Amino acid sequence: MSKTVLLIEDEPNIIEAISFILSRDGWTVATHSNGHDANDAILRRKPDLVILDVMLPGKSGFDILRDLRQDAQFQDLPVLILTARGQTKDRELAQSLGVSRFMTKPFSNADVLAAANDLVP
Amino acid sequence: MINFLISASIFYVAVLFFVAFWAERAAAQGRGAWLRSPWVYTLSLSIYCTAWTFYGAVGYAARSGLEYLTIYLGPSLVMLGWWWILRKLVRIGRAQRVTSIADLLSSRFGKSNLLAALVTVLAVVGTTPYIALQLQSVTLSFSAFAQADDLGMMGAGNDRSALWVALGLAFFTIIFGTRNLDVNERHHGVVMAIAVEAIVKLCALVAVGIFVVWGVSGGLAPMLEAINASPHQNWHMDNARWVALTFLSAAAFLTLPRMFQVLVVENEDERHLQTASWAFPTYVLLMSLFVLPIAVVGQSILPQGSNPDLYVLTIPLALGQDTLAILSFLGGFSSATSMVVVASLALATMVSNHIVMPIWLRYWQGKFSAFGDVRRIVLLARRVSIGFVLFLGYLYYSLSGGSAALAAIGLISFTGVAQVLPAMIGGLFWRGSTRMGAICGLLVGFFVWGYSLFLPSFGADVVMSANLMQNGPWGIGALRPQALFGIDGLDPLVHTIFWSMLLNAVVFVFVSLIDFPSPLERLQGAQFVNVFDHSSATSGWTGKAGQSEDLMVMAQRIIGSVQAQKLFQSEAHKQGVSGFLPEPTPEFLERLERELAGSVGAATAHAMVGQIVGGTSVTVQDLMAVADETAQMMEYSSRLELQSEELSRTARQLRNANDKLTQISVQKDAFLSQISHELRTPMTSILAFSEIMKEAGDLDRQDLNKYATIIHAESTRLTRLLDDLLDLSVLENGQVHLNLVACSPNDLLRRAIATVQAGEAHRILRINLRLSDTVPDVITDPDRLGQVFINLITNARKYCDAAAPELTISLTHRAGRIICDFVDNGSGIPKEDQEMIFEKFARVGQTKAGGAGLGLAICREIMGRLGGDIAYLPGQGGGAFRVTFAVDAHNFSGH
Repeated sequence: MSKTVLLIEDEPNIIEAISFILSRDGWTVATHSNGHDANDAILRRKPDLVILDVMLPGKSGFDILRDLRQDAQFQDLPVLILTARGQTKDRELAQSLGVSRFMTKPFSNADVLAAANDLVP
Repeated sequence: MINFLISASIFYVAVLFFVAFWAERAAAQGRGAWLRSPWVYTLSLSIYCTAWTFYGAVGYAARSGLEYLTIYLGPSLVMLGWWWILRKLVRIGRAQRVTSIADLLSSRFGKSNLLAALVTVLAVVGTTPYIALQLQSVTLSFSAFAQADDLGMMGAGNDRSALWVALGLAFFTIIFGTRNLDVNERHHGVVMAIAVEAIVKLCALVAVGIFVVWGVSGGLAPMLEAINASPHQNWHMDNARWVALTFLSAAAFLTLPRMFQVLVVENEDERHLQTASWAFPTYVLLMSLFVLPIAVVGQSILPQGSNPDLYVLTIPLALGQDTLAILSFLGGFSSATSMVVVASLALATMVSNHIVMPIWLRYWQGKFSAFGDVRRIVLLARRVSIGFVLFLGYLYYSLSGGSAALAAIGLISFTGVAQVLPAMIGGLFWRGSTRMGAICGLLVGFFVWGYSLFLPSFGADVVMSANLMQNGPWGIGALRPQALFGIDGLDPLVHTIFWSMLLNAVVFVFVSLIDFPSPLERLQGAQFVNVFDHSSATSGWTGKAGQSEDLMVMAQRIIGSVQAQKLFQSEAHKQGVSGFLPEPTPEFLERLERELAGSVGAATAHAMVGQIVGGTSVTVQDLMAVADETAQMMEYSSRLELQSEELSRTARQLRNANDKLTQISVQKDAFLSQISHELRTPMTSILAFSEIMKEAGDLDRQDLNKYATIIHAESTRLTRLLDDLLDLSVLENGQVHLNLVACSPNDLLRRAIATVQAGEAHRILRINLRLSDTVPDVITDPDRLGQVFINLITNARKYCDAAAPELTISLTHRAGRIICDFVDNGSGIPKEDQEMIFEKFARVGQTKAGGAGLGLAICREIMGRLGGDIAYLPGQGGGAFRVTFAVDAHNFSGH
């Protein structure tokens, strides 16, 4: 059974690129493109890995992460934040909220793939 | 010769009358500035040297040696130290229109009439023996002449002459002391007459002295020899007595009613003190210079048992120098009369102001209309008081039989009057002193004086039984009159001075400390203690309109019509009111009260004004002004306040600047963060897909094409973003170059619509264009204005969320401005976002249709440059923007 990833991202072209990279490696990729109901989507799909953008319409990636970690069943769910906002304070905030990995855009395809495989061996 | 003496006396008195009359006239006519010279002032102070000093000093020296000098030492010290006490006393006296020593204390301690009455009684009791003493000296000197004439004046004759003298003095004092009710309570006639008398008595004493030294002893050297040979070289110097007597005479100099009258009340100019400070000590030095020689010569040439108090007179008589004897007599006469005149005048002022007037006032309850001229009442009261005081003196003289030594009476009298000193000095220098403290101190001091000195002075079994004096009341030894608290062996005078002053001062201080002063006391206390700081008075009155007339009626009755009208008119003029009736402002009432106080004393004046105006209301500010901060502290604190205000202003400015900087810094951070985001997002796609294309060799043609298209679109987006950023930066920095030409707004709109529709890809937007024929051509930059139009149409196309998006564009022309509205049929922009849509990178809603959020920011900048405006137009049923611009952008562009 292949590993599943939920990609929460609103930029269509980036969704396309990440989906391509991960599915070619054997991941099952699901996507979700707004903030409001992102947590519902995670609850519904129960992915092995969540890749999360920060600047999302409706609800920021940080808020999604915070709510996610409050749910006991998602305490240990690997979450990879992938954001264009790469300032130190953003990284610190993400880490304080319990992010598993923090990567900034633009990224190298290989790094994203390696990170995903690292988080879900 | 006795007849000649009587003629000479009558002639002398006539001269005095003439001098007084002439001085009064000169003063009334405004002539005689020299009447107000410091010399006259200094000479008037010489009433300190009464008949007691003129005759008695010699007797004193004959009995006790050089001790008589202490009587001159005390006042000289006070005069030399005028800067500390007298200057303040005179300043206060002038500022508060003080009429007497009783008035001073009353005024200081909350205008208390009780205190004034108490001091008055004390002064009358203390002064009466002294007046008796003067009468006695005159009769004694008379009888000395009579003896020389071998007429052998009987005791009854003595009494008769004393009566005549008393009557004559009363007559003189009434004529010149109560001619009018002067607002300043100054009596030029009296002062001038006593100045003349001062010269006469000095000349007389010096003449006798010169005669004694050069005429009798044969020169200075034999005189000094005689003095050395006399028993006086053996006088023992009792230190306690010296200190006590010096203190006593200094205290009496300040507190004797007559001294207060000439020192303070009759003072014309504060600067006179400066002259008097050395001239008066010089005068008393001259007065005391020949005292010892006269005493020594008297003892050696006159028969045993001669009264040494009369040596000044009996030496010339014995040696046949009749002219000198008469001069000497006139000197003694002068000393006595000047003292009696001023003392009875001062006492009469006190009695009438503090005893008669308050009773009268209470009786009439302020119904001034019921009684005629108050001035007549006051003057009548004074005249009667003068008669009363002199009658008391005469009575005392008759009853005491004129037996006691002159000097003894003098010192007893001094000690009684000196009881006022603690309250007076406390009132001048200590703001904490209170009315109750002053009253208690005075009563205690006065009681101790009466009990331990005054009553025993009549001798055993006269007033006090010998048993009481020996063993104390009820046999309590500690209460023996002349050995209080078991301290025995002290000189009776020193004993009384010590205990009365000590207990007086202690009680005064103690009661003041535990007592709480009334508001008026606080106010007056501050005025007295800080008399040199507060030149203007804080007032306690609050008058009501319509009271002015009553005040005028009252003032006329007290200070006379002319004076009152002058006062009211000048005040009305000062207030800018025409006529005679000024508004009863607190300042005016204060001034009026002070003027009245000059006539009837502070307490009575206060009560009179109070009866018309109603109660005083000492305001919180008044109290604040005097409470514990002095005016200086207030000023200092207000300066501090000012400084701190300035500091806080600077701090506020700094805080604002800091806020602005922080805000700018936050904005800059947000801006950079936004740019970073906006640049990274397309860059991410470009990099990701170029990597995919590079590494994955198995892509089909279709995918390759698709990815290349993405890369292209994102690159275009990047380029557009950079263009927008540059555009905005140029616009914001004002470096934009506008190409202003005339063009038609209609055409511009049509062209913009065409441009947008040409690039229309995903959505169809219906546009209703409502152009206007009346809109004139405008002068503007067509490219820039077109850019704004295109942006707005594009936004509508992108963001209008209606199922069938529609945009209505309408153009109107109003008041020289072109108005262009863009209204779509979508849900519009939520109210809370309407403010921020023109900010950079602001984006509303969830859709992320490629824009970086710079469009409206750029539009706003452009419209600003074109002298126009772009704003969100709420309440149009959908998203609505209004663009406004001038017909001629020249007027606004600043180019």
